[in-house]
Amino acid sequence: MSVRLEARLWWAQRVTAAFLAFFVAVHLATIIYAVHAGLGAAEVLARTRGNVAWALFYSLFVLAASIHGAIGLRTIAAEWLRWRGAPANAAAASIAVALALLGLRAVAAVTLP
Amino acid sequence: MTLRVRAWRGGAEGRFQEFEVPRRESQTVLDVVTHIQRHIDPSLAYRFACRVGMCGSCAMTVNGKPRWTCRTHVDKVAKDGRLELAPLANLPVVRDLVADMREFFDKWARARGQFSPTATRADRFAKVEPQGAERREADAGIECIGCGVCYAACDVVAWNRDYLGPAALNRAWTLVNDARDGGNAERLRAVAGDAGCHSCHTLMSCTELCPKQLSPTRSIAGLKRATRGVAFGGEGE
Repeated sequence: MSVRLEARLWWAQRVTAAFLAFFVAVHLATIIYAVHAGLGAAEVLARTRGNVAWALFYSLFVLAASIHGAIGLRTIAAEWLRWRGAPANAAAASIAVALALLGLRAVAAVTLP
Repeated sequence: MTLRVRAWRGGAEGRFQEFEVPRRESQTVLDVVTHIQRHIDPSLAYRFACRVGMCGSCAMTVNGKPRWTCRTHVDKVAKDGRLELAPLANLPVVRDLVADMREFFDKWARARGQFSPTATRADRFAKVEPQGAERREADAGIECIGCGVCYAACDVVAWNRDYLGPAALNRAWTLVNDARDGGNAERLRAVAGDAGCHSCHTLMSCTELCPKQLSPTRSIAGLKRATRGVAFGGEGE
């Protein structure tokens, strides 16, 4: 495996982790704040539909989580299952793409007006 | 009072053999092994040289953890009077308590642990400020005795046979901070990636168990920063 690819994936993992720390904190704080007024689908959708800021926030959240999760699974596969090389890389990349598509579809469902 | 000692006998396939060894004041684990070899079973294989914590040759697994046996007191590790001795983990077994250290030292070479001089004997001495940032980084890692305790303690070595390990990476970091050395482009490439610093999970077993109280974890973190150029610059493959 290329040394450069490994080094880049390590940086991607670190950078996405830093973003996730911020996203998760805002996400949890918003949930705690939002449930005070009672929580239901209508309240959530009223807040998110047509809101560009939340759409952007959750789109970036989904992308960071997809990249971070896939790199982590790739490492677990290498270290615990001893599964490395091109097939493992392809599997990790597929998981990243699948997570991103599913996540962005969910974001679109709650934020598109 | 006697100590109940279980010592590994054989190679990769083998078994523990029980011995009873008289308990003495200020007794070290190496004293216990030497007692067995001199008074009970002369065929027991083990390795030692200096007996004073300088040479790094007597490390073994003591009650499950890698230790330098010459400076490990029985008081500290066998409070219930039992000792289990095995060769260092993560290395092939030669026989009994002797591990084959070749891959450990070969990885020092692969991590470019050799000094690459930039001056000749005709040049003047390099001036290195004792208080300089680089000199202090090198100082922090330079007292390694090559005992292999960190390598045996490292989970990443167990998961990834190519991983260079804490000692080799620590050695590379001391040279990265050596103003006289000219081998850093190659060295940083050698210590990056899956077999190098980027595989470290910062579990810190190496730092916890290093008998010289060094922190290979800190050195590896330094390499992660220093190898930025391998990821994004003109270096690397």
